[in-house]
Amino acid sequence: MNDYETTDHGKSTALVPASGDGHDLLPASLITDTDQFENPGLPPHVHRAADDDPAAAKRAERQVATMFALSMLAALVFVVSYFAVSDEATFFFPGIGRAKTQNVILGLSLGFSIFLIGIGAVHWAKTLMSDEEIVEERHLQASTGEQRAKAVSVVNEGVDSTHLTRRPLLKYSLGGALGLFALPLGLQVAGSLGPVTVEELKHTIWDPKDNGGKPIRLMRDPEMTPIRFDEVTTGSVFHVMPETLQKYLDEGKHVLEAKAKAAVILIRLDPDLIKVQKAKDWGVDGVVAYSKICTHVGCAVGLYEQQTHHLLCPCHQSTFDLTEDCAVIFGPAKRPLPQLKITVDDAGYLVAPEGFAEPVGPSFWERAR
Amino acid sequence: MSTVNETRPADALRAGDRQADERASASKPLGGVAGWLDDRLGAAKGVSFLAKKVFPDHWSFMLGEIAMYSMIVCLLTGAFLTFWFIPSASPVVYDGSYVPLQGVTMSDAYRSTLGISFDIRGGLLIRQIHHWAALVFIVAVFVHMARVFFTGAFRKPREINWVFGTILSMLACIEGFAGYSLPDDLLSGTGIRAMNGFVQSVPVIGSYMSYFIFGGAFPGEAIIPRLYSAHVLLIPAILVGLFTAHILLVFLHKHTQFPGPGRTNNNVVGYPLMPVYIAKAGGFFFIVFGVIALISAVVTINPIWAYGPYDPSPITAGSQPDWYMGFADGALRLLPGFLEFETFGFTWSMNIFPGSILLLPIMWGIIGAYPFLEAWVTGDKREHHLLDRPRNNATRTAIGVAGITMYVVLFFAAGNDLMAIKLHLSINDITQSLRVLFFIGPPIAFWITKRICLSLQRADRQKVLHGRETGTIWRYADGRFEEIHAPLTPEERWVLVQHESLEPLQLTAAKDANGVDSPVARKERIRAKFSNFYFRDRVAPPTPTELEAAHHAHEAHAEPAAPHEAIEPAGVGQERETIKADRQRD
Repeated sequence: MNDYETTDHGKSTALVPASGDGHDLLPASLITDTDQFENPGLPPHVHRAADDDPAAAKRAERQVATMFALSMLAALVFVVSYFAVSDEATFFFPGIGRAKTQNVILGLSLGFSIFLIGIGAVHWAKTLMSDEEIVEERHLQASTGEQRAKAVSVVNEGVDSTHLTRRPLLKYSLGGALGLFALPLGLQVAGSLGPVTVEELKHTIWDPKDNGGKPIRLMRDPEMTPIRFDEVTTGSVFHVMPETLQKYLDEGKHVLEAKAKAAVILIRLDPDLIKVQKAKDWGVDGVVAYSKICTHVGCAVGLYEQQTHHLLCPCHQSTFDLTEDCAVIFGPAKRPLPQLKITVDDAGYLVAPEGFAEPVGPSFWERAR
Repeated sequence: MSTVNETRPADALRAGDRQADERASASKPLGGVAGWLDDRLGAAKGVSFLAKKVFPDHWSFMLGEIAMYSMIVCLLTGAFLTFWFIPSASPVVYDGSYVPLQGVTMSDAYRSTLGISFDIRGGLLIRQIHHWAALVFIVAVFVHMARVFFTGAFRKPREINWVFGTILSMLACIEGFAGYSLPDDLLSGTGIRAMNGFVQSVPVIGSYMSYFIFGGAFPGEAIIPRLYSAHVLLIPAILVGLFTAHILLVFLHKHTQFPGPGRTNNNVVGYPLMPVYIAKAGGFFFIVFGVIALISAVVTINPIWAYGPYDPSPITAGSQPDWYMGFADGALRLLPGFLEFETFGFTWSMNIFPGSILLLPIMWGIIGAYPFLEAWVTGDKREHHLLDRPRNNATRTAIGVAGITMYVVLFFAAGNDLMAIKLHLSINDITQSLRVLFFIGPPIAFWITKRICLSLQRADRQKVLHGRETGTIWRYADGRFEEIHAPLTPEERWVLVQHESLEPLQLTAAKDANGVDSPVARKERIRAKFSNFYFRDRVAPPTPTELEAAHHAHEAHAEPAAPHEAIEPAGVGQERETIKADRQRD
C-alpha cells in the first residue's frame, strides 16, 4: 500500500474538502466505507492464433524470417549501388520531382534494411512471444523511517569526524575557498571571449575618415562598380556598398563585418512623393539612400514594393515607408531606417559626403548615448 | 484501499499467469563468457532484475521512445558528419562539383557542407538523416511532454523527472538551432544575424554579450567554431547525461500505467523487458531509424546549395527558422515596435527582448514549475502511478490546451508572410488578428476544452448507468420505439468509474474562538480559491447505488406507463441536479 503521505506534513486544519466529511484531503477512493465499484481484476486472457494453432505459429515464423531476409537484401542493394550508381545521375521521381538517383537508392535501401529488422522483431514479439501480462508490485518510493534514521546517523557521524561543527574556522575557510575557486576559470573564459570595443557598433565604413576625409562613392553590390546619377531612373533600386569596402575585399579580411553594417539600398522616387524635407535634402532629385539593415534585429530589408513605396523586411515583416523618410508603418521595428546623405560628384557619380548620422542596425543599450 | 476486492484482489493472477518473481526458469549454471564476466562483475544479479522488469503497454508510451531513438540516430549520423565538416568561417573560393557556385567566395564551413552534399558519396543521405532525425526528435519530445502533462504522469514521485524533461526539451531546441546554423548558408546566417539582434537587445549588457558571443563584431570568424563546440560537445554532453538520468528515473519509479481492470496504484501490469520489450522497443528503434532514412531518401531538407553562402547584404523572402524556433520568431513578429523606449539615453528594446531572450526561460520555467503548482493547489501528497484520463482532470487538460493555443498562435505568427501569400490576405490583418488571438485564444480554448471534458465525463456516466448504445431499435406492441442499451461488463465499466473526483478545498473557520482572524486561514485563502478554480465543476463517477437505481428506473419505464421517459431516460435529470447541487455548495 502506498496511497498515503510519505512524509508527515501535518494535517492542514485550515482547508478541508467541500463535503467536509472529516477525511482530510483524502479522496473518495481511499475511504473504505463509501459506495464504490470494485476493481474487477485482470480480464481473461485471450489466446492468439499462434498460441493454439501450430500452423499459424509456423506462418508467423515465416513472415518474420521473410522480413529479416528482405532486410538483408536491401542492405546488399545498398552496397551494390554505393559503387554502381554514378554521382551525377538524376531521375524524375513521381510526386517528388527531379531527384538525385544515388541519394534515393542509397536512402531507400538503407531505410528498408533497417525498417524491416524493426518490423520483423515487433511482429515476432506480437505473434510468438508470450503475451501473458506480468504483474509487478510497486513499493513506496520513500525509504522507511528506520532507513532514513540510519542515513542521518551515518552522515552525522561523518560530519562529526571532520570536526566541521566544532571548528568553525575550517567551515568558513573551506566555504571561502570553494566560493572563489571558480572565479579564475570563469574570468578566463568570460574575459577572453571577445573584445569590449562595443563603440564599434556605432561606426560604419561610410565614415569619410576611412577614405581620407573624401566623399565615398556608392558602388553596386556585389559588382563594386560606381553608380552614375543619370543611371538611376525613376523606380529603380540599387543594392549599394561603399567604395571603402574594396580595401577589405582586396585584403580578404573582415569583409562580412564591414558589409554587415554598410549595406545600403538606393531608390529613385518621384521627388514630389517625398513628404519629409530632410529626406529630400539628403537625396538628389528623388534619389535617396537608406541603410538596408533593419532596425529591428538586423536582417537585410531587401523587399521593395514599387507601387506603395514600402520597404519590407522579410524576417519579421517590419514595413518602412520611403515617402515618410522610412518611418515604420507596420511590424515590430521601432525606428526608421537611417538615411545616408548623398550628392553627385564632379564626374557625375553618386557619393556619400558624411556617412550615417546615427548608428545603423538593431537597437542596443548604448545606442543613443 | 477500497479498490481491492475481498474475494479476488485486483491484481490477482489468473490460472496460468506467472508472478514476476517466479519467472526464474529451470536454469543452466552460467558458463563460458557469461560466467567469466559474472566472476568479475557480478552482473547476473542485475541482469535478472532488469530482464524481468515489467513495462505496461500503450501506444502513447512510444512517443518518448521515438524521441530517444531519433536522438540516438542524431548522435550516430552527427559523428559521421564531423569526419567531413570543417567548422571554420575562413573565406575560401569554391571549386567543388556544384557548378552554380564555382568560383564563389564562401566560408570553409559552407564549402565543406557542399562537399558533404555533392562530393562525399552518401554524404547527402547522412546529412538529411541527421536533419530529419533532429526534426523528429524535437517533435517527439514535445508530443511526449504533452502526453505526460495531460495524463498527469508528472505527479509525485515523478516531479524531478518532469523537470529533467523540461530542461531536455529546451536544450533540444537550442541544440537544433546551433546545428542548423553551422553550414553558414544565407538562411542560417540570417538566423545568426537575428540572434545577434536578440542578444544586443538585452538591457545593460547586450552589446557586450554580442561581442563576447561573436568574439568581436558580427559575424566574425569565431561564431562557427563556437557553435560547433556547443553543438557537438557541450550541449550533447548535457543532453546525454540528463537523458540517462531521465531513463534511470523511469526504471526507478517503474513506468506509470493507464487505469484498467487489474491495474492499481500499487502494481504495474505489462510485459517483461526480456524478451517482449527487448523485441518491441529494440525493434521500434529500427522502425524509427528506418522511417527517418526513408524520408531522407525522398524528401529534401535544408537545400543549403540553393541559398548560397552567407552575406549580410542579400536576403531571401520567407526567411524562417526550423519549426521549433517558430514560436519565438512568431513572438517577435507580433510584438509591436512602440514597446521600445529610451530612458536617460539608454535603449530598452522591449519589442525584441521579451520575445527572443526572455520567452525561453519564462516558457520553460512555467512548464517546469507546473507539477509543484498543481500539487500545492490540490494538497495531494500521495504517490500517483495510475494515469489520469485527460477528461477526468478537466481543468488541467484545459490549462494544457490553453498553453498549446498560445504556442500555436505564436507558431502561426512566424508564418504570417506565407499565410498572406497563400491565402491572399493582408499581412497586416493577419498580424493584428494574431495579436488579438494571443490574448483571447487561450481563455476561449480553456473554456471549450473544459466543457468538452465535462461532457465526456457525463457521457461516461451515462454509459455506466444506462449501458452502451447498441444501435438496435425495438418496437413495442404499443407502438413505442426504444433503443436497446447493452450493460457494460465489469471490466469495461471499471475504466469509467475508477477515477477519484476531487472536490474543492474549503476554508474551515476563518476566525478562532476569540474572533481573531486565523493566520493560517489568511494564508490558505488563495489556495482555497485556486482549488475552487480547479475542482468547482465536477462530475462525480457513478456509484453502485446509482447504477442500481438506474436499473430500477429502466425496469420501470420498460413498462408502457411512462411515455415521456422514453425521450429523456430517468437518471439524467437527477444527475444534473447532483452537479448543480455541487456547484451551489461551492
